[in-house]
Amino acid sequence: MTKGELIDIIAQREGFNLKKAEIVVNTIFDAMGEALARGERVEIRGFGSFEVREYEAYRGRNPKTGEEVYVRAKRAPFFKTGKELRERVDLS
Amino acid sequence: MTKADIVEKVYDNLGGLSKKESAEIVELVFETLKNTLEQGEKIKISGFGNFVVRQKKERVGRNPQTGDEIKIAPRKVLTFKPSQVLKNAINP
Repeated sequence: MTKGELIDIIAQREGFNLKKAEIVVNTIFDAMGEALARGERVEIRGFGSFEVREYEAYRGRNPKTGEEVYVRAKRAPFFKTGKELRERVDLS
Repeated sequence: MTKADIVEKVYDNLGGLSKKESAEIVELVFETLKNTLEQGEKIKISGFGNFVVRQKKERVGRNPQTGDEIKIAPRKVLTFKPSQVLKNAINP
């Protein structure tokens, strides 16, 4: 399912027009992205939580060429699946 | 950030909807995502990231407290791969 397909489903189910459904879906993902960009944790009960994790710099290797590369310290989003969704996904 | 904060933003961005209706539409979006993942289908949200259900094989693990070997049953897990856009936003 793509974002466009999600918007279509929301538009049908709520009797919304596409424009409104698009605003809803974009607002949700933009809000979560902006919170993460501020370093804030996002918790959606039943779905999961997102947080920003700090990774230290390390010396790695390009697995194709074997060449040594330096990987800079970085921050990256990390998602932990919520209990309800974890169970539903596994039982499917 | 929690679902309540997201509801607030949807309410602000979408005129003509009550708080209750805003909460319902946000709930519908997450429920749609959960139903889709429950069916094993992946979700691609451009600008945010992809949610993918992966099949894990059976493996032997260890109880870190006792050191006992335990069999970990095959299972399905949900993984999130952030988009380049989200990674860049978090890592300016």
